[in-house]
Amino acid sequence: MYRYDNYDHALVQERVAQFRDQVRRWKAGELSDEEFRPLRLQNGLYIQRHAPMFRVAVPYGMLSSAQLRRLAKIARDYDKGYGHFTTRHNLQFNWIPLERVPDALAELAEVEMHAIQTSGNCIRNVTTDQFAGVAADEILDPRPLCELLRQWSTFHPEFAFLPRKFKIAVNGALEDRALTWFHDIGLHIRKNEAGEVGFRVIVGGGLGRTPIRGQVVREFLPWQDILTYNEAILRVYNRYGRRDNAYKARIKILVQALGVEKFAEQVEAEWAHLKGGPATITQAEYDRVAAFFNPPAYAQLPAIDEGFVQAQAELPAFARWVERNVRPHRVPGYAAVTLSLKKPGTAPGDVSDVQMDRVADLADRYSFGEVRVTHEQNLVLADVRQDELQALWQDAKAAALATPNIGLITDMICCPGGDFCDLANAKSIPIANAIQAKFEDLDYLYDIGDIELNISGCMNSCGHHHVGHIGVLGVDKGNEEWYQITLGGRQGNNAHLGKVIGPSFPADEVAGVVEKLIGVYLDNRHEDELFIDTLDRLGVEPFKDKVYGDRLKGKKAA
Amino acid sequence: MTRIIKNRAVVEDSWSVLRLAEGETADTIDLPQGPVLVPLSVWHARKSALLAASSPAAPVGVWLAAGEGPESLADDLAQLSVIAVDFPKFTDGRGYSAARLLRERYGYQGEIRAIGDVLPDQLFLMARCGIDAFALRADKDADKALTLFDTFKTPYQAAVDQPQPLFRRRAA
Repeated sequence: MYRYDNYDHALVQERVAQFRDQVRRWKAGELSDEEFRPLRLQNGLYIQRHAPMFRVAVPYGMLSSAQLRRLAKIARDYDKGYGHFTTRHNLQFNWIPLERVPDALAELAEVEMHAIQTSGNCIRNVTTDQFAGVAADEILDPRPLCELLRQWSTFHPEFAFLPRKFKIAVNGALEDRALTWFHDIGLHIRKNEAGEVGFRVIVGGGLGRTPIRGQVVREFLPWQDILTYNEAILRVYNRYGRRDNAYKARIKILVQALGVEKFAEQVEAEWAHLKGGPATITQAEYDRVAAFFNPPAYAQLPAIDEGFVQAQAELPAFARWVERNVRPHRVPGYAAVTLSLKKPGTAPGDVSDVQMDRVADLADRYSFGEVRVTHEQNLVLADVRQDELQALWQDAKAAALATPNIGLITDMICCPGGDFCDLANAKSIPIANAIQAKFEDLDYLYDIGDIELNISGCMNSCGHHHVGHIGVLGVDKGNEEWYQITLGGRQGNNAHLGKVIGPSFPADEVAGVVEKLIGVYLDNRHEDELFIDTLDRLGVEPFKDKVYGDRLKGKKAA
Repeated sequence: MTRIIKNRAVVEDSWSVLRLAEGETADTIDLPQGPVLVPLSVWHARKSALLAASSPAAPVGVWLAAGEGPESLADDLAQLSVIAVDFPKFTDGRGYSAARLLRERYGYQGEIRAIGDVLPDQLFLMARCGIDAFALRADKDADKALTLFDTFKTPYQAAVDQPQPLFRRRAA
């Protein structure tokens, strides 16, 4: 993975000094709360229910074992011994006193990490596919371009005070695993007919209060031009995006207001001035950065390891874990392993300091010392030998990281919700736990098969409920926590939004409602049909009837 | 006289800023003696009168509101020794784009001055975008703010202060 040189080191160290001085001036009264607010947000620091919430960037999801150990140390020394992985390659701490954040930043800087622009109305952490570099369907490893985007966006002088936050996602494979259709800018790496590498550029997607699928502004942009083209998009947005209403300030609203053709015209007109300028990426720079992502020293192995096949035959529990948590790898004899952070009874995405240390050990032992963070809030060891999978499974089990549920209903995306987050209308973790408890039986869970259930505690949609096959959204009704259900959302190449099925439900009914929805699927599915397929075939009516049937007959639903 | 930051030093400054009050219009407002920064609308409505009244001792400049770009000043740049960019709130970032366009697209060589809600912690960014004079909000200490220009010594991007991005200089 990318390693800092003296320039990169100096910048994060200067950032620590800058923030330390800002905290000092704020405490001394030289900076008002209002003046300090965007400064702390651009270091990932929110004032929350219990203490400041501190969001650390994991750029495009890559972590070294040394970095993960440092996160564990910070969890232990500064926090209450755990952290929370989010849907955007960030790790959040919940209990670090504001006064100690500069020291925590200094510890991060030592291992080439930071919290730069993890919040605020600026360009946020760039995200990508967790299987970058190892996926069989990959066109080009997106990580070198992600790193170039990271550097370009870091302290960008023109775009530090945008109308609203700005998120970029990059996907380099045939299958979209980075939710690119729902980002402010989504980039698909592709090749044109001449075999040249470039991007399809999608703009104006987003979830949140006004969920909108992005639209293509350019079918093919040569990769060298991505920084200048992004500058053109950002400049149009910075100048013309709405600033009178925070709810209408995202670029998606501007794109909708202008229409994508008109918006694209403005971008192209701006880009005409910037194209070919100094920010055009050079081959030498691409090569310098790409060299950090060269494949590790893979061993020459048979495509199928006999011992691995035999172990699956002998150990059903191992076979189950392999079925759910292990993916094929483009290199013979290797596999990519997802460590589940969705053990029933825990908060999805939460990880203890001890577990972080254990994952770092596993990465060193089995996967070239590297870990990836997924937007589904799990961790990936991307380069594991098949003949070591069984040993890894044993070790992961001992650390409670081998729950065999990837892609199943208990592998849900879930925001921290009202237990931690000030923005939330409702709690989300207890809902997640209640649903997990309903589906604890493994045979039942496996019988249901692939399904995506996403929970957000408010319409800011950090839990991506709009794109869950089943989405759960916490809403506030007269100071009570209620939950709205959507059906039919999905990520991937055909990403789109789910539809609300009807009136919302009180907290204690949500898990039961989910069980009824699953029941409709189990009763009606054809052979080999997944939940989403049955839903697409039947439409939402049978699901609504099941859920609301009793209510509508009796009392009026709330 | 007020104290502003200019080319990284605190200096006394005599420019005033004309703002249209409620009910005043560009066509009818009394034009004060220079040095004065007038709104873009006043400049366009009264350009010849303003230029006739100006002198080296009493120059005229224009300030751009946050929604205003430099496009409509493109032909007038040689007549303006100062163009100000107004920040109605420090969180309104439109002025950064306006300043960069003035420098990089229109080649403006005169002074670009930040006015309005101008705070020390944004000076580094503003300077990178080509702003070289800063009328800090009255409650802020210009002398203390000077150190913040050097917050980051070698940033990544190309901008007005450094037209070559770091990656084109890195290998050297």
